[in-house]
Amino acid sequence: MAARMQQGGRPGGARFAQFKLVLLGESAVGKSSLVLRFVKDQFDDYRESTIGAAFLTQTIALDDQTTVKFEIWDTAGQERYKSLAPMYYRNANCAVVVYDITQASSLDKAKSWVKELQRQANENIIIALAGNKADLVAEQPDKRAVQTADAEAYARESNLLFFETSAKTAENVKELFTAIAKKLPIEQASQRGMRGPAGRPGGVDLGNRQEAGSAGGGPGGCNC
Amino acid sequence: MDEIAPEYDVVVLGTGLTECILSGVLSVKGAKVLHMDRNDHYGGEAASVNLETLFRQYNKTTVYGPGNEPWKKYGRANDWNIDLVPKLLMSNGELTNILVSTDVTRYIEFKQVAGSYVQQSNGAKATVAKVPSDAGEALRSPLMGLFEKRRARNFLTWVASFDEANPSTHNGMFRATHISYDTRTPGMNLSQSTMKQVYDKFGLEATTRDFIGHSMALYTTDDYIDSRGQAKDCVERIRLYVNSMARYGKSPYIYPLYGLGELPQGFARLSAIYGGTYMLNTTIDEVTYDDATGKVTGISATMKERGEEGEGMKFRTKCAKILADPSYFPGKVQVVGQILKAICILNHPIDRTDNADSLQLIIPQSQVGRKHDIYIAMVSSAHNVCPKGYYIAIVSTIAETGANHHLELQPGIERLGRIEEKFMGAPIPIYAPLGSGAEDNVFLSKSYDASSHFETMTDDVRDIYRRAEGKELVVEGLKEGQGLVAEE
Repeated sequence: MAARMQQGGRPGGARFAQFKLVLLGESAVGKSSLVLRFVKDQFDDYRESTIGAAFLTQTIALDDQTTVKFEIWDTAGQERYKSLAPMYYRNANCAVVVYDITQASSLDKAKSWVKELQRQANENIIIALAGNKADLVAEQPDKRAVQTADAEAYARESNLLFFETSAKTAENVKELFTAIAKKLPIEQASQRGMRGPAGRPGGVDLGNRQEAGSAGGGPGGCNC
Repeated sequence: MDEIAPEYDVVVLGTGLTECILSGVLSVKGAKVLHMDRNDHYGGEAASVNLETLFRQYNKTTVYGPGNEPWKKYGRANDWNIDLVPKLLMSNGELTNILVSTDVTRYIEFKQVAGSYVQQSNGAKATVAKVPSDAGEALRSPLMGLFEKRRARNFLTWVASFDEANPSTHNGMFRATHISYDTRTPGMNLSQSTMKQVYDKFGLEATTRDFIGHSMALYTTDDYIDSRGQAKDCVERIRLYVNSMARYGKSPYIYPLYGLGELPQGFARLSAIYGGTYMLNTTIDEVTYDDATGKVTGISATMKERGEEGEGMKFRTKCAKILADPSYFPGKVQVVGQILKAICILNHPIDRTDNADSLQLIIPQSQVGRKHDIYIAMVSSAHNVCPKGYYIAIVSTIAETGANHHLELQPGIERLGRIEEKFMGAPIPIYAPLGSGAEDNVFLSKSYDASSHFETMTDDVRDIYRRAEGKELVVEGLKEGQGLVAEE
């Protein structure tokens, strides 16, 4: 629903579509760190609990002709006491559910988030499972608490994409988001010609921030 | 689960829109906020609910189950987002201003409401017409005769060009009679005039005064007409209507996709992004006060999900201030009025409204022999609040009698035509705080009133902010210089 085709159907067949991606997972498994690595290629060892990482965007070029833009929603800490609003799940096209491979309980939590997504989100949402903090296990193999094969088996039976990642070393981070981009219905989004609210019939751009001729999404769209 | 911090600057109780805006603003300004709600969802009285929830809420004694699930014939219950409070946003109003200043527009999409209508006369003679919003529309309006149209045009032209700071726009007429915003000439200005004097100046007929006062200035009674000094307020209200109308064209109103319940969620997210802590399913066990000063010192509460086993998570925290909706402090509020409301599901647009997919229709009190107007607010699948082919119309008014409340709403209900489902409960009390909160640092909001928009709600936000923080709330430029950690 929220996929936004901004410049679809250009001559030459170039495709560009925008999708909403939500992050889920227990506190301190590295949700924000994964996004920070993906969006800014940065990592901070002593990052505090999420404050202010509200709304990031990043673009991936799948090939010369195809560009996917992620509009990434962080939980803003509202998952801590199970107080995420329905707005968070609304129209999410894809989700990254994160656990910490050194904490067995975090995978159980991830499984319950997957259930919650299946209950609350669009039925055709693309979900990726990310076992984060692979760097810790690379340094000290005995720290591993979740076996790759176990998580992989769960992901397969639940029809999830699966990667073990490290926000710290960047291992598999780009790969994770690229794999999601490849599964998204770009063609469909372009054919539907879905647009941001300013382009929706009767939709209004409250901020009037857009210059004439700009392709931006207006409210709800990115402001970058 | 993480520990609750030992102390917060502000504890906010209830996640209605008023509370969520304040929570968001305070967090952006750097306050440490703990925000709780006893319910399992955001929005309190201002939530939007699905159809199953609505059936259950209005028929508490009915046992629903297999074979008796009346919502099932209306598609997926979750495709319904039905507002409990019937309101629309003025597109040039203060809530829009706050939404833009805080960037909460990033989380919510808005669409225009397709039309704004007013009823003249009643019963079989009733006419429904678009509310004319500028001089040109006044000339085409079926609401007035030929000469009256010209007078109305003159009036609206004057209102539109009125510039408080510029006396040359006050019109020779007003300069001649010294009616202006200039407060240096007491007794002779708009702030001191009655609206009757202004209407008289333009020679407007009673029926014109009626639709101007009720469907443009949006007064719910006729008390404003003879009230001294009300003329300035009235002109400002008409200007808000006209300017809101001019912004997008079809009506002065906009409405969020998926319902009004998105608004508190959006501001709660803003608060969370700036460090606000959120807890739903949390009941307040005790509020403690300092024996000497009488001011609030802290709160203890229990977070427990419905159906969760055990005691839940009990905690205590210190706080210097509490902001809350009236339901959390029933001893500190009074009832100031009662709203009557019927939520109706239709499968057709409302007759004589150009098949509008959304609208406001006002039945001024004088047209149906009442003291308070009857409002109809209707939205539909165009705003993603119900499946295609359905319309949700809420008829509301202020209760004037002690019984037979359905009769009070009847003129509005008649306007709807065939109704698939009607949900009507007991009159809804409107609460207001007894005190300012200065004595105990517990600052309470008002209930959502009977007005058709959010302007009085944002007045309340400003009032609470002033009481709690001791200064005026300035939302312009609110987010500049606040330094988001990882924002693009």
